[in-house]
Amino acid sequence: MKATREAYGEALLELGRSNDKVVALDADLSKSTKTSLFAKEFPERFFNVGIAEQNLIGVAAGLSLAGFVPYASTFAIFATGRAWEQIRNTVAYPSLNVKICASHAGITVGEDGASHQSIEDIALMSVIPNMTVLVPADPIETKSMVNWAYQHNGPVYIRLGRMGVPNILPNDYKFDTKPFILKKGKKIVIFATGIMLWKCLEAIELLKPYNLEPTLVNVSCIKPLPEESIIEIAKEHEIVLTAEEHNIINGLGSMISSTLSRNYPMKVSFIGINDKFGTSGKPNDLLSYYGLDANSIKEKLLLLGS
Amino acid sequence: MDDLQLREHAVNIRESIIEMITAAKSGHPGGSLSSVEIMVSLFFGKVMNYDPKNPQLESRDRFFLSKGHAAPVLYSTLAEAGYFDKSGLNTLRQLNSPFQGHPDMRKLPGIEASTGSLGQGLSISVGCALGLRLKGLSSHVFTLLGDGELEEGQVWEAAMAASHFKLDNLTAIVDRNKLQIDGFTEEVMSLEPLADKWHAFGWNVLELNGHSFDELIPALQKAKKRSDKKPLVIIAHTIKGKGVSFMENMCDFHGKAPSEEQAKIAYSEIRECDVQ
Repeated sequence: MKATREAYGEALLELGRSNDKVVALDADLSKSTKTSLFAKEFPERFFNVGIAEQNLIGVAAGLSLAGFVPYASTFAIFATGRAWEQIRNTVAYPSLNVKICASHAGITVGEDGASHQSIEDIALMSVIPNMTVLVPADPIETKSMVNWAYQHNGPVYIRLGRMGVPNILPNDYKFDTKPFILKKGKKIVIFATGIMLWKCLEAIELLKPYNLEPTLVNVSCIKPLPEESIIEIAKEHEIVLTAEEHNIINGLGSMISSTLSRNYPMKVSFIGINDKFGTSGKPNDLLSYYGLDANSIKEKLLLLGS
Repeated sequence: MDDLQLREHAVNIRESIIEMITAAKSGHPGGSLSSVEIMVSLFFGKVMNYDPKNPQLESRDRFFLSKGHAAPVLYSTLAEAGYFDKSGLNTLRQLNSPFQGHPDMRKLPGIEASTGSLGQGLSISVGCALGLRLKGLSSHVFTLLGDGELEEGQVWEAAMAASHFKLDNLTAIVDRNKLQIDGFTEEVMSLEPLADKWHAFGWNVLELNGHSFDELIPALQKAKKRSDKKPLVIIAHTIKGKGVSFMENMCDFHGKAPSEEQAKIAYSEIRECDVQ
């Protein structure tokens, strides 16, 4: 078990070792976002701007203009909320080569509660033109994604979590923006993103006695959404279920149903935060409380499958 | 370059500003006119190292217009410097014109960043200055800020960072024309004591007449040769709308175009404008 933020810290360090254009920035949360690993080995290429997220994004923009590839990190709520307009106007409008890798997304932040639980960041980043929005499901995908982002010229948002997740994707998995079919089943297809891939996999295990085998697909590139592949996969099923640790308004579910309604109208159900703020609690308790745990997903699937 | 040539550049740039804003029927003349001598000093006063034929020259000095609404002064200065032909300036603010209402770095050479949303240019400059230093380049970063813009909190985040990172390759210039859209800065939101604020944030501070080449040029040339581990801010005292009598010190002309009739008067006054 390893949090995607930890995998990010390790991947960034490795990337820094092979590319001296990589610089990292943080806003006083380097121990939490794990940019501290990079900072320790490359202090001259690490810039802590203090608790000042708007400046964080502006300084990252300036470093990219000077020819570097900045990875800027803080908590998702502050990166995408506090500095939204800096990201929109200074980074995304001219399509600067800035990577915003924000941790502590979703409710599994846990005890810190609603003020620190970002359930809007996918929506906030996806609505900005030129922005690529990525959500890794596990440590394997995180590492691949951090490298992909370096090769991709333009702004990228990578959504990272605090809670540990197991490796789910194959060891040789390479992120390439396409959806990845983890389990091939029938009737229902689940499009899951982030930590929900793991929870859906657990739910499918629980379904074994019920003669219900849904297809499980990892959608880690939220924007640009791989529409063609999603439509193709959806066509082979009767029902679509989306799963995300994000507000169901304007997250993955909204985007998939928008795509399907334009191209292949069919029934879409959602698992996500039902337009509510988070609350303090242990991550696993929070997943149950908001209906994002394996058991809740199982119940939802049984209802849809009946 | 002698004073006469500098003044000729200033006159040409002021004329272009009026011409393009009049043609566009919208734009920001006040804060463009107040910063003309600052721009002329940077680009024609043997201050900045740049090459219009090679806008991406790595060793160039960088100029960031943080007060992006003063785009007309940037466009006309870059045209005057030879980055592009002056003939396009009159497409200002038209559909798909490279001369956007606020500067778009992807549409024109010589524009170092897309600006327009106030308060962000100094952060960009801090990042760029850090990057240039990391690359071992001796290029200098100049940033022009509006005084009203200093009300944005991000400016002070960046100010703190610039002194923390000991950026002596960064010079900020404040166009202190004392007016913003809603009135005098001191009435809308007091900035004074302004020099003390910058001092307190760890900056070297210089105050001068922002319409005097005699004061601007030596100060800017000296600014490039610092190695004192501190950023420098030049508070340039200016007159909003400088050079056009009915625009001077008028916040009404912050973001309003002159009529054709007013433009004619403006052209004749600009020729007579005493920059000292």
